[in-house]
Amino acid sequence: MKAAQTRVLTARWGDRGSHTIAASLASGGYEALRKALATPPAAVTEMVKVAGLRGRGGAGFPTGVKWGFIKRDEPPTYLVCNADEGEPGTFKDRELMERDPHQLIEGMVIASWAIGAAESYVYCRGEFAFAARRVERAISEAYERGTLGRNIFGSGFDHDVILHRGAGAYICGEETALLESLEGRRGQPRVRPPFPAQEGLYARPTVINNVETISCVPHIVANGPEWFRKFGTEKSPGTKIFSVSGDVERPGNYEVPFGTPARVLIEELAGGITGGRKLKAYTPGGASSTPVFGASKLDVNMDWESVQAAGSLLGTGAMMVFADDACVVRAMERFMRFYARESCGKCTPCREGTYWLAQIMRRLEAGQGRDEDLDLMMDVQANIGGRSFCALGDFATAPVISVAKEFVDEARLHIRNKGCPFER
Amino acid sequence: MSAPGGPSPRRPAFAPLAEETRAAMRRLMARYPNPRSALMSMLYLVQAEHGCVSEAGIEEVAGMLDLTKAEVASVATFYTMLKREPLGRYLVSVCTQPPCALAGAGSLRRALEEELGVGFGQTTPDGAITLEEVECVCVCDGAPAVQVNYESYEHLTPEAAVELVRKLRSGGAVPPPVHGSVPVPREAIHRELAGLGGHDPDRGGGES
Repeated sequence: MKAAQTRVLTARWGDRGSHTIAASLASGGYEALRKALATPPAAVTEMVKVAGLRGRGGAGFPTGVKWGFIKRDEPPTYLVCNADEGEPGTFKDRELMERDPHQLIEGMVIASWAIGAAESYVYCRGEFAFAARRVERAISEAYERGTLGRNIFGSGFDHDVILHRGAGAYICGEETALLESLEGRRGQPRVRPPFPAQEGLYARPTVINNVETISCVPHIVANGPEWFRKFGTEKSPGTKIFSVSGDVERPGNYEVPFGTPARVLIEELAGGITGGRKLKAYTPGGASSTPVFGASKLDVNMDWESVQAAGSLLGTGAMMVFADDACVVRAMERFMRFYARESCGKCTPCREGTYWLAQIMRRLEAGQGRDEDLDLMMDVQANIGGRSFCALGDFATAPVISVAKEFVDEARLHIRNKGCPFER
Repeated sequence: MSAPGGPSPRRPAFAPLAEETRAAMRRLMARYPNPRSALMSMLYLVQAEHGCVSEAGIEEVAGMLDLTKAEVASVATFYTMLKREPLGRYLVSVCTQPPCALAGAGSLRRALEEELGVGFGQTTPDGAITLEEVECVCVCDGAPAVQVNYESYEHLTPEAAVELVRKLRSGGAVPPPVHGSVPVPREAIHRELAGLGGHDPDRGGGES
């Protein structure tokens, strides 16, 4: 059986010039904005709440609830689009911006109407030169056509979108670090409370939403929350773009309803494992999922609750796939080095712990590990998780747990063998 | 050892920023409710002009934003795209995260190091190419991925990567990436990163 995608957010991706406002307007673009601006803001927020939209940046927080925290009658308030995609294995936000930037801008203006923001920002990852260029051009097209700027659609609502490029720091995907960075500081997370909804950008009430989250908004407004809930599960409504990469025949972004089994994504949509090999492991949600899944977890349904029940996290939906001749220890060692490099240095357990874990995992992969290293790693990670200001510290424990628990036999083989038994 | 306060041997002295650069910085500052939000963009402009975030640039930016040099330097040293050593005309960034590693990033790296005679974090003596390792640039569907001044080349073989850097070095025309534009040299890309207008989004490959 051949599985098909459910194209909502990616519906325009195949169209010629899908990034232009002409293509967007020709296929219903900005009609949801027109409708939203004729609807009371609180009713727009209510629609998003009823739809059950949850944040697609990794945490899954209910978007409508987030909007509802904002006191709309106390301007200025701000909307910030988190376009600082950097979770290893994830490439959905980049493609959403490259192929359909107007869908994002439309969602941003609708969200801003709901929370009373006259200005919003796209914080785009610095390395995404092409995506940022596409968004920049889309913003100027939107001003020319009057879908941004003064008195949009004669509603009296004014709105400006400002594109802001980052400068290379994974941590700026964390929403309070992002705000620090947008204010011209080192991207280090803030202490909460106060939460951004009370004191965010420039100490004003602020909503921060991920690109994919905001891209869902026009569809909810256009078609209604009940329509949105027809896709996915009770607790994970809607569709989700999964980024499938690694040892598969057709790596790429695939949009399917939440709850689609991992097997369908890996074996059918992505064409299965390359070279007739077998699957050894996959990450359900990027490097930050705890832990990676083995082949026995291929039938897990890809939604927030099922992945969590199976012992990991859905995260960003980045499925990095490893064939049976790939070394899981090597991959986890690389993730650990990533966390050690990207730890912002604010909290001692994360800054020092990731450094030492990276050293231990490097020697394990190099065949110089000792039997007691597995316990040592578990001890160090237990002193990072829950002891840092932000989630990076918690996520940094994932590679250790993967190696020391799920793939402990493979780790022991490295120690016994005094070397990595795998080619890749 | 250089004299206290004197220029360090690795950090050459730079001329003051051009007046038009300072004018552009003032325009960037006016874009935000709080001018400090323009700080990273201003440092990109320093990098466009000096090839790195120079001491002289830090001092000028600090003066314009009424910050201490230490505050500006703390930002300049936090972000990986802001460099304290002069960059080559093209920055070649090799992703080594698992999806790229599984697809051969290791052999790409070795081929580039051999061709250029430099390792990660180093610049060729002719100032043409800086080679670096980069964290996931989110082009995993195009693994192994290499960025050249932040334009992503996908599915590169070692041979194709070597051919690409040879052309960049000799000033020859390079093919556009499948998604993106032909890379522009250091000064132009850093002006774009600062937010001073990009080149044509449809130039080069740029399929829908």
